Amino acid sequence: MTATVYVPRDSTALALGADAVARALAAEAERRGISLGIVRNGSRGLFWLEPLVEVATPSGRLAFGPVSVDDVPGLFEADFLRHGAHRLCLGPTEQIPYLQRQERLTFARVGRIDPLSLDDYLAHDGYRGLSQALDWSGARIVAEVTESGLRGRGGAAFPTGIKWQTVQNVRANRKYVVCNADEGDSGTFSDRMIMEGDPFMLIEGMTIAAIAVGATEGYVYVRSEYPHAYSTLQQAISLAEARGYLGDDILGSGRGFHLTARKAGGAYICGEETALLESLEGKRGIVRAKPPLPAVHGLFGQPTIVNNVVSLASVPLIVERGAAFYRDYGSGRSRGSLAFQLAGNVKYGGLVEKAFGLTLRELLYEYGGGTASGRPIRAVQVGGPLGAYLGEAQFDTPLDYEAFAAIGAMLGHGGIVVFDDSVDMARQARFAMEFCAIESCGKCTPCRIGSTRGVEVIDRIAEGTDRPAQTALLRDLCDVMLAGSLCAMGGMTPYPVLSALDRFPEDFGPRDPL
Amino acid sequence: MTTPRPSSADGIATAIAAHRQMPGALLPILHAIQDQLGHVPPEAVPLIATALNLSRAEVHGVIRFYHHFRQQPGGDHTVRICRAEACQARGADALIAHAKRALACDFHDTTADGTVTLEPVFCLGHCACGPALMVDEEPHVQVTPARFDALTQRLRSGK
Ligand SMILES: Cc1cc2nc3c(=O)[nH]c(=O)nc-3n(C[C@H](O)[C@H](O)[C@H](O)COP(=O)(O)O)c2cc1C
Ligand code: SF4
Repeated sequence: MTATVYVPRDSTALALGADAVARALAAEAERRGISLGIVRNGSRGLFWLEPLVEVATPSGRLAFGPVSVDDVPGLFEADFLRHGAHRLCLGPTEQIPYLQRQERLTFARVGRIDPLSLDDYLAHDGYRGLSQALDWSGARIVAEVTESGLRGRGGAAFPTGIKWQTVQNVRANRKYVVCNADEGDSGTFSDRMIMEGDPFMLIEGMTIAAIAVGATEGYVYVRSEYPHAYSTLQQAISLAEARGYLGDDILGSGRGFHLTARKAGGAYICGEETALLESLEGKRGIVRAKPPLPAVHGLFGQPTIVNNVVSLASVPLIVERGAAFYRDYGSGRSRGSLAFQLAGNVKYGGLVEKAFGLTLRELLYEYGGGTASGRPIRAVQVGGPLGAYLGEAQFDTPLDYEAFAAIGAMLGHGGIVVFDDSVDMARQARFAMEFCAIESCGKCTPCRIGSTRGVEVIDRIAEGTDRPAQTALLRDLCDVMLAGSLCAMGGMTPYPVLSALDRFPEDFGPRDPL
Repeated sequence: MTTPRPSSADGIATAIAAHRQMPGALLPILHAIQDQLGHVPPEAVPLIATALNLSRAEVHGVIRFYHHFRQQPGGDHTVRICRAEACQARGADALIAHAKRALACDFHDTTADGTVTLEPVFCLGHCACGPALMVDEEPHVQVTPARFDALTQRLRSGK
């Protein structure tokens, strides 16, 4: 009998030594004459436990972790393939509280299946959404997505169904579906985990989008910093083509959809959808003025759906289970679930998919377990480099789009970066300005020049040179950037800067009349 | 270990021929050239411009816009250290200061022995396990100064 173990191929797991562990397991099994099958799955997203090795048992999977190469002989010694009495044993994977308490809707398969086995995908409900969609009219698909309440998970939280409706309404010979896999926000890795852990789900979601609006071509724009995700996705696309899930005639339906993965060039601004389209066209990533919307005049001037990885990956489930199933999760106008990502100085960092509505505090302490350094949490940045810094006073805010907007913050792509009390918030404010100066596309003066001025002004505040006047100058500068920027790069950089200044004034000089 | 690189003229011609028919072919061509040659040499610019019917200035502008592409040869290996917030929260700034000291070079520079080019990067997606870096395409996390030294020793002695 062959025993089966799972060792993730997720790139964070690789960085923690998963390949070496897989090799050691294979070698040790061979030495002991044990027939062992090793499946390279995605990650469950419990990164402090990676490399997390799972053993298939008749009653489900048993988890061991974090496993190092040195642990391997001991695991065999303890006969971990059969009863698992070993100090690294975490019990049944699905009963690890961090995982058990989640609502894994979009991430249901990630970490469970072999990401490059189409058969495994099919055996775990894969492509059910597409079969359903092929029986429906485009209008019905769009209506279902609209009714589910799904809003864009890339940052702006725009209703996905409404965007699709616009593309559907426009008549054109050619339409595109573009997936934004630029995942530039620090503190985020959910797109990466999908591409590395369940790429067929993304392909299926894009195919459903294409069928809904009559698009025939698609692109996934993957950041160049993600070579593993890019290669896994490319292989998955080839496998899907070979089995008729992509190509001229999808599953004999007479509908065609061609999908290509494209590598980005390491520019944050290319995550902005119009800069992304410019980049796909082979140009510099300069932001376009809107209107016209990409939905009307998008890639190569044609109507184009641009959606984030998680938005598109949520679609197969919505189509399969129905809008109501998805909409029943969540709170207020934030429906369904969000894949939160606990990052930075956090004890239990990883992916936490939950229905909207729990509080930031629950996430930080009940899941995150506080900081990794053991010091108090002082500041948290939610929603990427353009997101506001929050302090203890904001921790009871429920995680939903409107509640965050009400405190001048945003959930964005769901990344949560934790800092302990050693953080210098003036330095973080300076970084926000510096980042904007480096990554600005250069089109608007307030963003391009204002951010450089911002760095200088914060430096002067830190030196203690004429603090009150410099602080007033910083606020003026932020006002100009807020009002005079074409996109959120220049328009939202003031959020981390001003939130740091307002909530942590003590870091900008002692007892200053601000 | 570095594999011998193809001659630059061949590399450029192959990359152009393989991708020029694609819509929006410029980035795929630049990636193919850099993947083969380690950088995009100046002689590639007029060839790409002619093939894609663009001006040299346009091609040059695109190469310069994207942080990923470089026009000068780099070292045998590229070490990209994350400078973004999640890694900052776990000591990236100290790691970066150490790296520059240990390699005696700044960002965008190459060590004197030509083995390592040091680059900053904004996020590698390992944000729960920082500080993170990537050696060519190999990810590393929880990188302490000691681990950084061990890693770069390995690269530099592998020459
Ligand atoms: C500076 C900037 C960077 C952005 N980066 C990303 C990104 O990396 N990934 C993403 O999905 N959306 C990003 N966005 C949002 C996109 O412009 C766009 O709203 C999104 O791709 C739409 O997809 P969604 O509706 O599914 O979220 C960014 C926006 C701005 C202004
Ligand atoms: S705000 Fe900045 S990044 Fe956005 S369009 Fe203007 S210059 Fe470009």
